[in-house]
Amino acid sequence: MTSSEPAIWAEGLRKRFGPTEAVRGVDLEVPEGGVFGLLGPNGAGKTTTVRILSTLTLPDAGRARVAGYDVVRDADQVRYRIGLAGQHASMDEKLSGRDNLRLFGRLYHLPPRVARRRADELLERFGLAGAGDRLVKTYSGGMRRRIDLISSLITAPPVLFLDEPTTGLDPRSRGEIWDTIRELVADGVTVLLTTQYLDEADRLADRVAVVDRGQVIASGTPDELKAEIGSRIDVVVSAADAFADATAVLSRIGEPDTDPESRRVSVPVSAGSVTLPAVVRELDRAGVEVEDVTLRRPTLDEVFLRLTGRAEETAEKVSA
Amino acid sequence: MVLHAPVAPTGRLDRLRWTLTDGVTLVWRNLVQLKNQPGELVGALVFPAVMVVLFGYVFGSAIKVPGGGNYREYLMPGLFAMTSITSFMTTMLAVATDASKGVMDRFRSMPMARSAVPFGQVGGDILVGALGMVIMVGCGLAVGWRIHDGLPKALAAFGLLILLRYAISWAGVLCGLVVKNEETADQMVPLVFPVSMLSNSFVPTAGMPAWLRVIADWNPVSAAVAACRGLFGNPGAPAGDVALPLRHPVAATLLWSGVLLVIFVPLSVRRFRTLNR
Repeated sequence: MTSSEPAIWAEGLRKRFGPTEAVRGVDLEVPEGGVFGLLGPNGAGKTTTVRILSTLTLPDAGRARVAGYDVVRDADQVRYRIGLAGQHASMDEKLSGRDNLRLFGRLYHLPPRVARRRADELLERFGLAGAGDRLVKTYSGGMRRRIDLISSLITAPPVLFLDEPTTGLDPRSRGEIWDTIRELVADGVTVLLTTQYLDEADRLADRVAVVDRGQVIASGTPDELKAEIGSRIDVVVSAADAFADATAVLSRIGEPDTDPESRRVSVPVSAGSVTLPAVVRELDRAGVEVEDVTLRRPTLDEVFLRLTGRAEETAEKVSA
Repeated sequence: MVLHAPVAPTGRLDRLRWTLTDGVTLVWRNLVQLKNQPGELVGALVFPAVMVVLFGYVFGSAIKVPGGGNYREYLMPGLFAMTSITSFMTTMLAVATDASKGVMDRFRSMPMARSAVPFGQVGGDILVGALGMVIMVGCGLAVGWRIHDGLPKALAAFGLLILLRYAISWAGVLCGLVVKNEETADQMVPLVFPVSMLSNSFVPTAGMPAWLRVIADWNPVSAAVAACRGLFGNPGAPAGDVALPLRHPVAATLLWSGVLLVIFVPLSVRRFRTLNR
């Protein structure tokens, strides 16, 4: 791989499954190193994109290069340089964790002795040495995902594809996966991470592409994306009867989101259009007693909802 | 954590060596799986013994062998053939499980030989099948079945059974890749019984209604059973005016196996290569 070439590059990727076009012209450019987040709701085309980039699926149109090689023409070269950890832990449940790693090592054509040593090394390093000799089917959900992630590291590939590695995990297990990903990034690995969890992208990703209905609809750093839709002013009123007044005042600035239960009114503001003191003065003039007023950056959730306009489908997936 | 991965092979010879080592690796995987699931192994080995008792003594007590002879001697070639075709369900189940669990996807994301997965699967199945056959032979000898025409012919008979097993395994691979779902595959398992029963394995076909007899006589299982009876020198070998495949049972078994392989090997390899593509 030459240093000037991005780790992952794709142009105009398309893929149709029967009547549905899962990917409709995806362009990507992922620089070497760090985590690139592919963010989108279920069915947005994230998994299909990853399957094309990891040589599992042939694109109908478009081109892609991973680690310097064309994913269609030089698929075997790509396969030596990538690791893939799927949404569904792809391990042999009837083998122990250690035997799974040895099996995969052998299939990467490492000599038996090297494959065995590599399996021991990985289990040791990622804290699974104790469970290494148990059958994978006895593992907990979190351990399964970790061993799955570790299996993708056998050849120490420069590019890793992690397709929703934490979906369905409890917070503690998610934290463990996140730690592992951070460790890998510290080693210089490029990670392409797909996720429905916005906080995950916010925490891990250096750059994010938001995918919806088979297309990239926005990309940039998490901060850039947040800046793009401006800031928000949150007002919490002290008494329930002041809620309507506060909503009325903030309506003059923009379309407010209201949450009567927590007595919170929130309104988006574009950069530089309104100042916080001005808002406070307005509220004061209207006789609204406030408990808290803050000017803040939007969360990625809010960015996401704004971009996709599909609140109903994502609301339940937004994690705490 | 720097590890130098071997480079992808370029030459034809390298590719061939890859395919072979990958196949051997997958056979190893199948054997470790069995070691880890002693219950399954015991089940696979006890099943034939149960069949010997069930058919040999329960049904056998009411069945007359055409041309005379010990029913249990008549029965054993039928049971050998029946265990051979159970490879259809074992490979189908194993392949469908891999496909539904995502193990196939991991294999396909690796730089391994594409055809090694199905080859490794059927290769592992042959080893297990051979072990089952040894147990079956032991049971047979215990209940009075004998090899009458010498070892070379007997070995030829076992060779035919293994060939048929191998060919049928490939049909199982294709079905497993098509259903891609463990539960569905599980429900298809009983289908193997009518196929093995609708033959000359357990009863002479002469007593069947004409239309059913045609199916039974042309069943590859019948050819294999007839061939084995002939080669072992067991009673019930077809004589007189019988259907074409039973007049030349060895050739028919070879032909059937060849046809199955010609159909299912390329289809399975192709299907594996393009899975979800």
